[in-house]
Amino acid sequence: MIEVKNINKSFADKKVLNNFSGYFETGKMNLIIGKSGSGKTMAVKCMLGLFSVDSGDILFNGRDFINISEYEKTKIRQEIGMVFQGGALFDSMTIEDNIMFPLKMFSGLNVIDMIDRVNFCLNRVNLKNVNTLFPSELSGGMQKRVAIARAIALKPKYLFCDEPNSGLDPSTATVIDNLLKEITYEYNITTVINTHDMNSVMEIGDNIVYIEDGKKEWEGDNRNFLSSGNKKLNEFIFSSKLFKKLKSAI
Amino acid sequence: MEFFVTTGRYILFLKNVFFRLESRRVYFPKIIQEIHELGMSSIGFVSFISIFVGAVVTLQIAYNLENPLLPTYIIGLSSRDSLVLEFSPTMISLVLAGKIGSNIASSLGTMRVTEQIDALEVMGINSASYLVLPKIIAVMFINPFLIILSIALGLVGGWLAGNITGICPTEDFLVGVQYEFIPFNIAYSLLKTIIFGFIITSVCAFFGYTTKGGALEVGQSSTKGVVYTSILIIIFNYFITSLLLS
Repeated sequence: MIEVKNINKSFADKKVLNNFSGYFETGKMNLIIGKSGSGKTMAVKCMLGLFSVDSGDILFNGRDFINISEYEKTKIRQEIGMVFQGGALFDSMTIEDNIMFPLKMFSGLNVIDMIDRVNFCLNRVNLKNVNTLFPSELSGGMQKRVAIARAIALKPKYLFCDEPNSGLDPSTATVIDNLLKEITYEYNITTVINTHDMNSVMEIGDNIVYIEDGKKEWEGDNRNFLSSGNKKLNEFIFSSKLFKKLKSAI
Repeated sequence: MEFFVTTGRYILFLKNVFFRLESRRVYFPKIIQEIHELGMSSIGFVSFISIFVGAVVTLQIAYNLENPLLPTYIIGLSSRDSLVLEFSPTMISLVLAGKIGSNIASSLGTMRVTEQIDALEVMGINSASYLVLPKIIAVMFINPFLIILSIALGLVGGWLAGNITGICPTEDFLVGVQYEFIPFNIAYSLLKTIIFGFIITSVCAFFGYTTKGGALEVGQSSTKGVVYTSILIIIFNYFITSLLLS
């Protein structure tokens, strides 16, 4: 589980995270949702250590992630898998090399075992015969699946996804959502997903944190999401005609 | 003020590149790959430029030697010294700053804006060291070979130009090339090349690595990298020459 306690982050005069807190449970789909520019990507990047926080605590299974050496941080990072918004696959490497990359760096496996693991991960995300292709030869949805395969290659304890559905059609987005959900439950991973996709929220949101202006405004799950009574959250949810109609139907 | 901020950031960037290294087995294949991508792929380009520069240098020296009392072999001697001391190490380094430097800055800039560098960091890899150190080592290693090749082909170009135009016969040109040869000049030339190699890779890598934004900024970083590299090469050229030859 990951605990985030009152983290603050500012750039010059602009406060991006304002006492943001969250509790992200193991084996659950934890979603951070909010408008564009609300600070959700920054929250995730601070949790990953890509940005340092001005104050506050971040704990991975009780282990402090802020006040530790770079070496200790690296050790914790090796337990983290990350799926970036654009996939962030290495352009110059084949799909096989992309997935093998973290294994080569950290696993100590021999080449045969690494290739077995690559094929296992590719099968897990329902991709076949793509080993020798380059990322540019795959569709957006397939690239996201390769990114998931790379993220799970080292059997991570924590999986972070930054808007995994952005740029995907609804059907592919559902496939990605379900895949992440299956992987989270199957391997008992602490998954944190950063999204503003309402379908994802309704489908997979076991634990939902709504963030606005860098501050947590609401926390709950997809069962009480639509009936929260939180004014700011409701403004966010029911901003589209579809959800307005849904609200009147409820 | 911005100059000092950028210089400070560059020094911190170099600290990241040279400290907290990954394991050695990671670097070796990458260095070989970079030697191929940055060095071997420049051979044709460097050869082409060197032959023509050598030919032009020879023709210009001949054009300026109008005194009939001066022996013809002076053309070969002057061509050799011009190529060894200045044209090959400095001019080819400036050309490589454009070719290799823009390649490094744009590839790292693209990796930055497409979050590939973030992906490395999240995996717990020191991305600056992993990506940049092999490039620095590769270029510092391969550049002297390129410059030796450039000097040799420059002399061939000069000999051809002298022969074709009839201004300097082969025998005289060869006498001039060998006349009062100072081996230290080669050492000076190669030392300059190694320092320029470091400047080309580290400065362009810095601008690429610190790119913020999108495709437009990648182009701007690439341009900045090449411009700053060229300026630094010219400045360092002066100081190295002052230190070693004056």
